[in-house]
Amino acid sequence: MDTAYLSTPPGNQSAGTPLVAIRQVSKRFANGTLAVRDVDLELGAGQFISLLGPSGCGKSTLLRMIAGLGAPSSGTIAWPGETGAAQGSAGRGARDLGFVFQDPTLMPWANALANVMLPLKLKGVARAESEARAAEMLALVGLKGFETSYPRELSGGMKMRVSIARALVMRPKILLMDEPFAALDEITRHRLNDDLLALWERERFTAVFVTHSVFESVYLSQRIVVMAARPGRVMADLSVDAAYPRDELFRTSGEYARLCRVASTTLKEAIGR
Amino acid sequence: MSAPVETLRSDGTDAQALPVAMAEARILGLPASIWPRILAPIVIGVIVLALWEFAVRWNDIPHYVLPGPILVGQTLIADWGTLSGSLWVTLKITFMALAAAVVVGVTLAVLFSQSKWLEMALLPYAVILQVTPIVAIAPLIIIWANDIDLSLLICAWIVAFFPILSNTILGLNSADHNLVNLFELYGASRWQTLRYLKLPAALPYFLAGLKISGGLALIGAVVAEFVAGTGGSASGLAYRILEAGYQLKIPRVFAALVMISLSGIAIFLATSLISYLLLRRWHESAIRREN
Repeated sequence: MDTAYLSTPPGNQSAGTPLVAIRQVSKRFANGTLAVRDVDLELGAGQFISLLGPSGCGKSTLLRMIAGLGAPSSGTIAWPGETGAAQGSAGRGARDLGFVFQDPTLMPWANALANVMLPLKLKGVARAESEARAAEMLALVGLKGFETSYPRELSGGMKMRVSIARALVMRPKILLMDEPFAALDEITRHRLNDDLLALWERERFTAVFVTHSVFESVYLSQRIVVMAARPGRVMADLSVDAAYPRDELFRTSGEYARLCRVASTTLKEAIGR
Repeated sequence: MSAPVETLRSDGTDAQALPVAMAEARILGLPASIWPRILAPIVIGVIVLALWEFAVRWNDIPHYVLPGPILVGQTLIADWGTLSGSLWVTLKITFMALAAAVVVGVTLAVLFSQSKWLEMALLPYAVILQVTPIVAIAPLIIIWANDIDLSLLICAWIVAFFPILSNTILGLNSADHNLVNLFELYGASRWQTLRYLKLPAALPYFLAGLKISGGLALIGAVVAEFVAGTGGSASGLAYRILEAGYQLKIPRVFAALVMISLSGIAIFLATSLISYLLLRRWHESAIRREN
């Protein structure tokens, strides 16, 4: 394995206190399925991390547990940087995070601006201020001029942009994404990948990106957590040492191809071919 | 868009491609494509009425058996004073019953969505109310209510409220589960989830219920009047039909029937219009397809 570019880091690779510390987390569903088993993971502040694995490997379940949607059956998910008040179970909804679902999950009765304003409205931010912040966020995802468009009037990629704008409008510390671009065509997906990286380099939130695409995970992330199914567990933790900004040049480079090959091999080993 | 957007583009769709109202040829201020929908039923109606008139005259059918449409029209005009008063009585009952159905139906649906226990306990009784034939219990209601207008109102309300209740319950439970999760993530209160998510999601279902209930309220009012018979002081259209029937004034029976039908059609059109106006921006049912 070419450790100069793609290496297995010794344990936690983030310097200082991690943003999220996942300790021995397992999740068993009511029907008895063990979705996630004994996951240990630390998410460093400002990192771009991909959870890569085949379907059924529990990566979405893990992501939802990080978000606070469904508690682990055992183990803990701690936010070391937070004060005691937000630490307990009463802290639901108090987490400083954004979430992007696989579907855009927009309210069809509200226009783009109102959809992006939703988190601010729920937090009781004054209307004038939240309108300004939502409009700014829409411009940042490239949808300036589409404020009054309804979701049905937008293309799939544009709907996903609105969804990302909504997730980022509170300027969260961490953005959780659950296969957000899986349903999009390749051209749109590449553009959104580029734009997501540009946003990340600008805002420097922690990004956790669930995907089953080796190419997508290598292109986007600094770190790839490889998972295997039945039961869902972490098999490898790779770091991708290519420099940012990454662009079309990187996507067509030999280095990218080699990184993909290594990641692909690791994934195949992890899931036992 | 003219303003440069930093780092990002709008993908997939041309940025200029904001929805544009298609310029369509218009006749008398209405889009040309609407006219067949208006004219076709009118033409059929005129043909049927002409055949009816012709058949009545050709066979010399006496007007106390079957009056021709022209005679019905003349009676409608001649008896307008009496009939319009009765129409007003019936419509008043209808609209009050519909309003009560909306208030009670939506309130119960919201309460049920907040408490599964309440739904389990009360929904069966709503169903019982719905499946019991109104003609069978109307006499009881008239005895108990001890006021003819109130009992008519109760009867029409019983008939009208269930579609609204049932549809609104379905709508409140149909909110996108991921959106429910999202509201949870942002710590939305019950009230916020209801106000900003569940009620808007339920709106198309509620409106579908309203369309059904509008017609049912009218039917309920008329049926209740029939059962109540001549008891009322201010009498509705059903009473006029009974009265005219006893006196063999069959053209007047038909005139009253025409008024009831037209009222029903007007209520349907009104509820359809309300539904269209509220949903046209976003709901699939109100969007005209190109392909």
